[in-house]
Amino acid sequence: MNIPAKLHQIAAKIAGTALAGFTRLMTAPRVEWIGTRPSRNQRIYFANHTSNGDFVLLWATLPGDLRARTRPVAARDYWEKSPLRAFVGRDVFRAVLIDRVAETRKQDPFEAMGEALSDGSSLIIFPEGRRNESDAPLLELKSGIYHLAREHPDVELIPVWINNLNKVMPRGEVVPVPLICTVSFGAPMERQAKETKEKFLGRARDALLALAPERPAP
Amino acid sequence: MSPSISTIFELFTGLILALIGLSIIAMLLQSRLPEGREYPSLETLNARIKIWWGMLAFLALALLAGRTGVVLLFAFCSFAVLREFLTLTLKNRGDHWVLVGAFFFVLPLQYLSIWMDWYGFYTVFIPVYVFLGASIIAALRGYTAQFLGRVSETQWALMIAVFCVSHVPALLSLDIPGYRGQNLVLIAYLVVIVQVTDVLQYAFSRLFRGHLVAPEISSTRTWEGYGAAALCGAALGAFLFWMTPFSPFAAFALSLATCLVGFFGNLVMTAVKRDRGVKDWGHLIEGHGGFLDKFDGVIFAAPIFFHLVRFFYAT
Repeated sequence: MNIPAKLHQIAAKIAGTALAGFTRLMTAPRVEWIGTRPSRNQRIYFANHTSNGDFVLLWATLPGDLRARTRPVAARDYWEKSPLRAFVGRDVFRAVLIDRVAETRKQDPFEAMGEALSDGSSLIIFPEGRRNESDAPLLELKSGIYHLAREHPDVELIPVWINNLNKVMPRGEVVPVPLICTVSFGAPMERQAKETKEKFLGRARDALLALAPERPAP
Repeated sequence: MSPSISTIFELFTGLILALIGLSIIAMLLQSRLPEGREYPSLETLNARIKIWWGMLAFLALALLAGRTGVVLLFAFCSFAVLREFLTLTLKNRGDHWVLVGAFFFVLPLQYLSIWMDWYGFYTVFIPVYVFLGASIIAALRGYTAQFLGRVSETQWALMIAVFCVSHVPALLSLDIPGYRGQNLVLIAYLVVIVQVTDVLQYAFSRLFRGHLVAPEISSTRTWEGYGAAALCGAALGAFLFWMTPFSPFAAFALSLATCLVGFFGNLVMTAVKRDRGVKDWGHLIEGHGGFLDKFDGVIFAAPIFFHLVRFFYAT
């Protein structure tokens, strides 16, 4: 490996540690492993999505060795907008970048996620497909998670509920307010053979909502 | 060198010995009790002792960095307490800039003025300028829903987490004739009195089951427990008079006032938690609550202790 590449790698490592530390300072996250423990098993973490910072928080609450093998799935147009974002997205988070717009797509999102899974990485996905800004706790889940689950039956599906981060960083704001957030990891979803898409998505939804606090923060 | 070094050295030696003694007692108790059962009181004591060791370690570290270190230590405490408190207050999108300002403008400025020893600023900044200014900013953002509730709760959070907490390091700036350079002892004195009486209050309230102070808020705290613990606390304060600028009698009276305010502070904060339907403010120590759960008494007592000492002793 040549020296600039090595420096690049070191910079990414330092930036990652700093980002995780900053996230923890801003959110003092209470991490609850409810139905599972941290594990090196290959996993797909699927979470509710209310804030831009969701995957950063989820990623920061994972133990360091798991963080290195867990890749968030994120939008290519956002993370390739500037060199700095590209550095953070590609080198720090090692995000699996997907094209949101079907017309201009170079690669199918499932292909990209499938490649990452074949490499042995775990993934962080947000099956709602976009940020939930409604008053409902959860939007309808997109069918992507169903197809991923079917094509990768050996990967554990871990539901994750992130609470309060939308207060730390509401849409459109750039400066976060430090507030305590909770990240709850649930038990891996059971796999049922020949399940319909609707039934599977209903179960995934229930698994997420079961982790939501009874009384949301004010 | 000044006499302060030896006083502070004695203080630390005393505190470390006391904590070693307590830890040994707790361990002995643990080993005497039959296994397999849980003892919540003993667990509470163990958690306390752990926190006290932590506090002592942090205070020692801060001391090595001098006055700046102590101010920074309490600025960080304020940050953690404010983060816990504002998590549970009313807020909406219109409050974002007020909340950002609370953390990144009000808090640093308050501690800067404490560090600069600028009494005229740090006593009025939050109660006057921030009180009026924050409501103006909230109004300019234009959201009227629950307006009064939102601005009041944010102001309350700032008074508790920043204003009150900052009066602990403010003790360093009191100029007491014949006591120069030893003010750090006052911080330890305040914290020890409040923390010890809080534990005593818990023990006495369980021993003498008498008249409940506020049944809706707490089913354990009794007037008898408060009274007995306050007397013990005052006696402890008087016993430690030699390390303070106070006479034994004044130390007794001052400690009595301090620990009573501490008890009621603890009661008030419990009422707030009940209202918000939470058991603890945070999770500083797994299962034993956050900063605010452990320091509510000290936080309430700090400004009172500061102003009493300032009024009667400082020049």
